[in-house]
Amino acid sequence: MDAMEKPKYDGSLIGKRIPKMDAPEKASGKTRYIHDIDLPGQLHAKILRSSEVHARIVAIDTGAARALPGVHAVITAADVPWQRPIGVAKDHLPLKGDRVRSPRDEIAAVAAESEDIAAAAVKLIKVEYEPLPIVATAEDSLKPGAALLHGEDLIVTGPDGKREVVHKASHDNVAMTFNYGQGDIPNGEAESVVVVEDVFRLHYVTHCCMGVSGVIAEFDASENLLLYSNTQVPFLHKREFAELLGMDPGRIRIIQPPIGGGFGSKLDIYPFEPIAIYLAKITHRPVKLIFSREEEFMASPTRQPVLLKMRSGCRSDGRLTFRDVETVHDNGAYTSWGATTPFVMMQTISSLYRVPNCNYRTRAIYTNNPYAGSFRGYGNLQATFAVEAHMDKLAEAIGMDPLEFRLINAQDPGEVTPQGMHFKSCGFKDCLQTAASRSDYQAKFSAARGKWNDGNPVKRGVGMASMLHVGGGAKIYPSDGCGTIIKMDDFAHITLITGASEIGQGSETVLAQLACEELGLPLSAVTVVNNDTDVKPWDVGVHASRTTFIAGNSALGAARKAKAKILAAAASKFGRPAERLDLREGCVIDKATGEKLIEIGKLIRSLHFSDKAELVMTTFYYEPPSHKQDKEFRGDVSAAYAWATQVVEIEVDTETGIVKLLKVIGAHDVGRVLNRLGIEGQIEGGVVMGQGYALTEDLIVENGVIRNPNFRDYKLVTAPEIPEIDVSFIETMDGEGPQGAKGVGEAPAICVAAAVANAIYNATGVRITALPFTPENVYRALHSNSQPPTWIAAA
Amino acid sequence: MSPKIDVAFKLNGVDVRTTVSPGMSALEMLRDELHLTGTKYGCGEGECGACTINVDGLSANACLMFAADCHGREIVTIEGLVSDPRTEALKKSFVAYGAVQCGFCTPGFVMQARNLLEKVRSPTPEQIRRGIEGNLCRCTGYKKIVEAISEAAAASS
Ligand code: FES
Ligand code: FES
Repeated sequence: MDAMEKPKYDGSLIGKRIPKMDAPEKASGKTRYIHDIDLPGQLHAKILRSSEVHARIVAIDTGAARALPGVHAVITAADVPWQRPIGVAKDHLPLKGDRVRSPRDEIAAVAAESEDIAAAAVKLIKVEYEPLPIVATAEDSLKPGAALLHGEDLIVTGPDGKREVVHKASHDNVAMTFNYGQGDIPNGEAESVVVVEDVFRLHYVTHCCMGVSGVIAEFDASENLLLYSNTQVPFLHKREFAELLGMDPGRIRIIQPPIGGGFGSKLDIYPFEPIAIYLAKITHRPVKLIFSREEEFMASPTRQPVLLKMRSGCRSDGRLTFRDVETVHDNGAYTSWGATTPFVMMQTISSLYRVPNCNYRTRAIYTNNPYAGSFRGYGNLQATFAVEAHMDKLAEAIGMDPLEFRLINAQDPGEVTPQGMHFKSCGFKDCLQTAASRSDYQAKFSAARGKWNDGNPVKRGVGMASMLHVGGGAKIYPSDGCGTIIKMDDFAHITLITGASEIGQGSETVLAQLACEELGLPLSAVTVVNNDTDVKPWDVGVHASRTTFIAGNSALGAARKAKAKILAAAASKFGRPAERLDLREGCVIDKATGEKLIEIGKLIRSLHFSDKAELVMTTFYYEPPSHKQDKEFRGDVSAAYAWATQVVEIEVDTETGIVKLLKVIGAHDVGRVLNRLGIEGQIEGGVVMGQGYALTEDLIVENGVIRNPNFRDYKLVTAPEIPEIDVSFIETMDGEGPQGAKGVGEAPAICVAAAVANAIYNATGVRITALPFTPENVYRALHSNSQPPTWIAAA
Repeated sequence: MSPKIDVAFKLNGVDVRTTVSPGMSALEMLRDELHLTGTKYGCGEGECGACTINVDGLSANACLMFAADCHGREIVTIEGLVSDPRTEALKKSFVAYGAVQCGFCTPGFVMQARNLLEKVRSPTPEQIRRGIEGNLCRCTGYKKIVEAISEAAAASS
């Protein structure tokens, strides 16, 4: 082989179609996911879950399980009296000792030589229950006299014997509330020529990451904890695990092996993680715990189901006057991030369109159902579904074209909304117009309306919906930052150590592109390290579509510092001002003449091995210029906001209720495209996930029990069903974004269901306000065989 | 515990022998006994295709097959195809066309696509979509997977 391969340079890396750096490993089956890692001496853990929906635990007998050969430990709540609660409201003990509130509830766990032995031991554990009344819906939960899910204080006893109330009793089953208001609703109503009102019902769906959940926990001889975990927020979890275990966070190391999908599902700590840690602590062995698919369906979070009542009005000129919204969220038995999604929903309700008067009241209600977590879009799919239905309804009521109606109310760049969000870059109107013209929306919209009564049972329709989502991080913690370390070796190869976490979205490639662009290096000159809390700098985690923006700015900052260092060295070596120099194609060049002065590697070696030996190694911490909102939820929570419009074309067979999604025409304001291949992948994957939410996916929960915990009965979209997808990128070049880019991860999933609902109306003249649009639901709605959702009686 | 069964078969071109329990699936045997982890567990019920392997020239879900039934057969997994030109073309196009995100489904798709291309040299996009309908991907939305398979078919035919 030639002594050294020469890299190829192709000019700028920005906006190109760059293959994902880790894809060759993944395509060859060589990538080691958490399921593929086995540690010497490792034990396998299994959990015993409740066979009851809601019950007191009278007795647990683990004798036979403990006696089974190959079993190293069996634990129940009694074995870990020091356990502390997890979750957003700290209302949830990992192992349940006296009461179960859901069939997912963890009662005991086994660590054994093999998975088979652990499973056999779990079957030998006997639990005696005393059933309690089941609270099956949020509506029932609010009725007077309903059983209380958390009617008693949750008290834990510390290692010192001190008792502490960690969660206060809830005497009304209300887990969390949010209230937001701007302007004055009666004033808005008085100015309205039309007012519309509907109740919307949004259903349960779940993440269905192709890799099931899992963890490996191990303590070293000095009792330091090592976790192999798929968490999306390693630094937050380090701290939280430390609190749970009464440890110094500095003694916890989290390694994140490649993950088989995240989508928000791994933002919280779930019981299986502390349980594996308890078992590792007790057995002094590494303990691996991996879910089965059925367990994944039962015991991983859901998107939160919402009942939403909305009233909206507008003037005769099309301007919105007010929007009044109330929601009830089924919180499930415990509180995770799902309860906090109103935080995002209110942004859409108050600020997607200009609406001067707005009121939003929410309650998350405890039930015996699965509990809701965060899921790509974080409440925004639900809010957008309702808001966009009303945009169409109001337009129709005043006889205006729906596109024109939206353009009248759409936000412009520079707008500061009453909620305090500042839209510095905003391509919303461009998105609307681009999606409309590329889909020939207006002509198709009118044509379909003319065919409602043409006798043809198969109808076509178009529907439009838009979205607003954070695109520059979300300051929900005091810091929304990310750190980067860049070290350059003597051959100008860089190691980019980023705080960011990779969950399949392609952040490692985008960060490498940004750094290489700055340093004039080829992508082959970068190794990205992003998976070990002992190595990487702090980052708040992978959520809120923040990684490209926040980690990107951080990587850029570190690369700029490295560049300055190299240019300063070159300036003194060649006696030219640093401002005249640049890095390109692996060399220091003179900008004016294009002359290549020296290869970067050579320059670095001369620095390193000079008498004032010096390494090129830089750090940078980026904190976005955004603000935590105040108690009234006012403030500019993100450094940038992303916009999109999607138009869908559908076909409805009115005789079968089958809705086919034929085409999705999207226009996305992404600031700037950094990696065209990667961003298309995000949009296409998000669109199809939105399609599943709209048409096929339905986690059926009856009396607290999930009826379809498998892929046979829970229908993900498969390849033959995907629509044609046409995406346009609106490049608004955000002033704060890295190379102008904004976040995009969640955006594409948000509008699909809303647009499909509008398209079904356009095709048939029937407005369906409950998801999902499965053939049965659509057939019933079209043939007046079902009632639209109604607001809860007790409230 | 349970009785053990000796099985002997050809795995990726090499004769192997191992001992399995009666209830063990071929997937568990490949992953846990033979340490070939490129074949993935996604559901264990034949519904996701993450465990797609090739048995005597036909595509199969390793999770649905008993380990004991591998006896006397010829099994090929993703690890056994490093010098198979068709598989190499597929892997390359999956990378180049952005068909890989989290990648958990990818080995299963590559195996299924190879099986399809063995039967149909230049499939239409419609045939490709049908050919991979038993494989689930939660990340990509399938579009780029279909494009990647089309491209690999064109490159290797
Ligand atoms: S694991 Fe075999 S089909 Fe899903
Ligand atoms: S790439 Fe993640 S499941 Fe297919």
